[in-house]
Amino acid sequence: MLGTGITIWAAFQNFGKFNIVIALAIATIKASLVVLYFMHARYSPKRTQLVIVCSVFWLAIMLALTLADYDTRPREGCLAFANTCYHA
Amino acid sequence: MHRTGELYGQFETLEQQKESAALGMWIFLVTEVLFFGGLFLTYTINRHAFGTAFGVGSNTLDIRLGGGNTVVLILSSLTMAMAVWSAQIGKKQLVSIFLIATLALGSVFLGVKVVEYKQKFDHHLIPGYGFDIRYHSELPAPMDNPVEIAAEKEELEKAFAVDPDINAHAQLYFSLYFGMTGLHALHMIVGAGLLIWLIRGSFHGRFTPQYNTPVEIVGLYWHFVDIVWIYLFPLLYLIDRHR
Repeated sequence: MLGTGITIWAAFQNFGKFNIVIALAIATIKASLVVLYFMHARYSPKRTQLVIVCSVFWLAIMLALTLADYDTRPREGCLAFANTCYHA
Repeated sequence: MHRTGELYGQFETLEQQKESAALGMWIFLVTEVLFFGGLFLTYTINRHAFGTAFGVGSNTLDIRLGGGNTVVLILSSLTMAMAVWSAQIGKKQLVSIFLIATLALGSVFLGVKVVEYKQKFDHHLIPGYGFDIRYHSELPAPMDNPVEIAAEKEELEKAFAVDPDINAHAQLYFSLYFGMTGLHALHMIVGAGLLIWLIRGSFHGRFTPQYNTPVEIVGLYWHFVDIVWIYLFPLLYLIDRHR
């Protein structure tokens, strides 16, 4: 709950490009606390912990490889017209 | 298949049975992580491409309702964890109380979601025919704050200057908003059904320190749904608040 407060506060500040990084970092800390303590991952057998780590790992592969593809396309391949892209 | 009390024949001990059940649930949750992960990926790519439209769309959401709902859902996760704990130490009445509290908080969350969806219908923000991001600032309701409406109008003018097709691109944002929160709400409804089933079981005193696997498994599911919301909230509500 404290985390939620910090997230909302952080969203109204201007950290330039880093707003999204901060928001996701706080979300990840909150999610980790839920997994470790509410879901008892900390006290689970190694087998279960392996499954949890695998899920994060597969998700990371999916996100990283897809985004690497989009990020390395030439600009003409941008989904939107250049002027609507923040980073164009 | 023979069964001794709550112990099914293929297991040696209750402990082993419980660990297997938890492992199976975690494997199901892995598939859910990847399922929602695909949606988050779609969101990321489109937000990168249509940043202005996504920012404007995000700012139409009510942060008080969204933030309040986040607190409600984290509280419900807490009561769910307390229900699991009560079952483990054998306090049968507490199990019922905490399960009912979890169901109540989950229902509050869904009720607030209904209010938010209704608001989007009123403001012509449903993707499809009649979608107009300017509708609300042009025709505000009498109870709306004029200062906020003026700020919204100014923000929209700037956004239209950057992206003239913003009505098309904002529909993409709202499609993702309704798709992701709708799917999350569907998971909540399934969870509420499971809770009702658990509450019935707890009234019959079914959960003991030796056997409380159903409470624990549904707990895992409920916490997972909470985690999805922990990510949905900053990504959908808080894109562009700092301007």
